[in-house]
Amino acid sequence: MPFYVSPEQAMKDKADYARKGIARGRNSVVLQYDEGILFVAPNPSGALHKISEIYDRIAFAAVGRYNEYENLRVAGVRYADTRGYQYDRTDVTARGLANWYAQILGTIFTESNKPYEVEIVVAELGESSAGDQMYRITFDGSVADEHGYVAMGGQADQVSAVLKERYTEGMPLSSAMGAALAALAGQGNGETQGINAGQLEVAVLMRGRAHRAFRRLTGARLEELLAAAGSERTG
Amino acid sequence: MGFDYLGERFTAACMAVGTSSFADFLASCAPSLLPGAAPQAGRVAGGGPGTGLDLPHATTIVAADFDGGVVMAGDRRSTAGSMIAQRDIEKVFRSDDYSCVGIAGVAGVGLELVRLFQLELEHYEKLEGRSLSLEGKANRLSAFVRGNLGGAMQGLVVVPLFAGYDEETGRGRIYSYDVAGGRYEEHRFHSIGSGSVFARGSLKKLYTDGMSVDAAIAVCMQALYDAADDDSATGGPDLTRHIYPMVATITADGYRQLTEEEAGRYAEAVVAERLRSPGGPTAPLPPTSQQNE
Repeated sequence: MPFYVSPEQAMKDKADYARKGIARGRNSVVLQYDEGILFVAPNPSGALHKISEIYDRIAFAAVGRYNEYENLRVAGVRYADTRGYQYDRTDVTARGLANWYAQILGTIFTESNKPYEVEIVVAELGESSAGDQMYRITFDGSVADEHGYVAMGGQADQVSAVLKERYTEGMPLSSAMGAALAALAGQGNGETQGINAGQLEVAVLMRGRAHRAFRRLTGARLEELLAAAGSERTG
Repeated sequence: MGFDYLGERFTAACMAVGTSSFADFLASCAPSLLPGAAPQAGRVAGGGPGTGLDLPHATTIVAADFDGGVVMAGDRRSTAGSMIAQRDIEKVFRSDDYSCVGIAGVAGVGLELVRLFQLELEHYEKLEGRSLSLEGKANRLSAFVRGNLGGAMQGLVVVPLFAGYDEETGRGRIYSYDVAGGRYEEHRFHSIGSGSVFARGSLKKLYTDGMSVDAAIAVCMQALYDAADDDSATGGPDLTRHIYPMVATITADGYRQLTEEEAGRYAEAVVAERLRSPGGPTAPLPPTSQQNE
């Protein structure tokens, strides 16, 4: 016969469980720069992405359990494509998607035994940086509307603190990259000195690109950006 | 009609392990959104010739390969019966970075087919992290055309012409379709639509292997002019309104649509030449046949 567990206790246990799972992984950051939004995640795999395109001007970044956020990513692409097909491409918004994710994660958190051990960010590129939107959605379905920068993962607070120090509005891409690297340094994310392109997953939503704004930065382009970010930090 | 994005059926399908095909996804959880789900127009009234319902029809599309790519061009007229429904309709579309699709037939059905096809390719690319092979894209389009077979039997006929740059082989390829979804790879050049017979005759005489992109565009312009010359449903270059055929090229650098000025230059060159010789360029006959005359 099962013992009585108060709803408060059950929710707390689930939340602790989810937090612990997320804390095991690495942190990721998303921040605005003058010409778009930058996503940086330490990720040794070149095939299993933490950062992905959802729609024309919307991207997705996640930390936590791969199979769970991959599931959410696929669901998000399906949601966005269905919506854009039913109405118009301009009718797919990050706000709508964030709310939809929140409903799904909230339902999973309350109704199933095992909550999702994920934290996600949905970002949408605006016409100018004032129009950019970033939403952080946690495992229990809470949504936060963020400005400037967002950090995800177990040590999000420490990472956020570094970002707060280094972030300035309208900073160029190389400075934003420098801030991201500084924020991700330590906290089990590996040293930034000598960090190489192979250990990082980097993508941007770029203003001025027609149709699809999402772009992965890999290979030579990433090396170049890392070099520029590095020289700015030392210089 | 509203659609419940938070409904259990839709959310469950979104979260389910499944296909990378957008069309299959819609069919599984939101079939009401698919084009075929609309009340069968044919049951109400047919859309084809002689059925009493004159729907706008898109007409002639031509395509030709060249050294390192492929070009597709379409005239800008749509007709409803004997009336011109639109002077500046667009019927050549970018389907993704390395392919394009042109439509001939009932415009409404065709535009919806293209919209679904474009999304199908993009959806696959986003979910899988790589795009379909050119052959794979051509096969998907084939299934979509077959999906409209019921509509086609009732008069809502539409057939696409598909062309793209094959990254594996580094050359342009052209595919034509029949209403049953039959898919045929065409070599060198092809045309579809009401003016296609005249266009193809023109292409046959003007096309040469290994042409430059510039020559291929000029040949397509000539072919469309010849189609418009003899087919009332195909529109020629409209110099007074600055409406010119739509031209797209696909090479290793991807899809590119000619700007109005660029297309205008090619069209005006054709018109200027036809002022001197209305039949267009003539093909020289080989010497033996001249002796027989």
